[in-house]
Amino acid sequence: MTAATIFVGILMVISGILAIESKKLLDSFIFLSLLSLLSVFLFIVLKAPDVAITEASVGAGLVTAVLILALRKIGGDEK
Amino acid sequence: MRRFLSALIALGLIIILLEFLNLIPDFGNVDLSKRVSNSFINKSVDGNNETIEFKKSKDLEDGSANVVTSIVVNYRSFDTLGEVTVLFTAALGVGLILKGLRRKRFYREPNFILKTANGILLPLIFLFGAYIFIHGHLTPGGGFPGGTIIAAGILVLYLSNEKFELSHRAKILESGMGTVYVLFGLVGLILSGIFLRNFLPTGVIGELFSAGIVPLIYVAIGFKVGAELSNLISEFQKEGQQ
Repeated sequence: MTAATIFVGILMVISGILAIESKKLLDSFIFLSLLSLLSVFLFIVLKAPDVAITEASVGAGLVTAVLILALRKIGGDEK
Repeated sequence: MRRFLSALIALGLIIILLEFLNLIPDFGNVDLSKRVSNSFINKSVDGNNETIEFKKSKDLEDGSANVVTSIVVNYRSFDTLGEVTVLFTAALGVGLILKGLRRKRFYREPNFILKTANGILLPLIFLFGAYIFIHGHLTPGGGFPGGTIIAAGILVLYLSNEKFELSHRAKILESGMGTVYVLFGLVGLILSGIFLRNFLPTGVIGELFSAGIVPLIYVAIGFKVGAELSNLISEFQKEGQQ
């Protein structure tokens, strides 16, 4: 279990860095969503199912959708 | 000058964090029996220390089997009221910035897979959201994630159907459910002198009809959060000036 946890933690750090460094905003949102999804696994390992359900529905689901809708509203990522 | 100032602020933050590090007790040396969390788990803030058995213990101080719920909606319910207010303010801000008259249309058919899957999955999504907040006092979950799942269902409905538009009753439902929460608090204030006091009998722990006002408040929060986030999604899909 520990090896899997460390692996997921490393993946979380990588996706966090990619979310900051991505050139396109849409890629950033996808990596942010991936970060939330991986943290759901960590919350379940740490025996916090309440937080896991909230993170899965809010962090991985709705926040990504709202960010993409906002991106469409402002008309794509032009600098 | 600006770089110097930001370095100064960062240095100050580091010093504050190091100061707070000294306040945290050493690892493994915390006496949990003196902490308030222990009395939350034993449901004995008033002082009666009995062992709690699932499906057997009756008329406890707080009858919800899920300890997180018993803290969030019973012992720290006023905090949750503030949390609901924060979410309401956020939705209000989105509504103020993105005001539109009607639904934005692209005049093209949505994806076939999305349309078909929507017909099968949508009832299940709504049912799962309702299950999450109705069983909030028994299983992990509660009003906030349940409401969010329902709002996700509304989002799928928006994506798969060009003609769908959320009615204005959602806003009435949202404000009504917020009022219901405050009314529960006021009834507790009248009956026992404490705002948001659990005034109903708590019943047997682990059953659906138990824990007094906790499930009722979670149903109210679930409807409120669901209507609020659905409104937020519908504001994003609107266009036109007033």
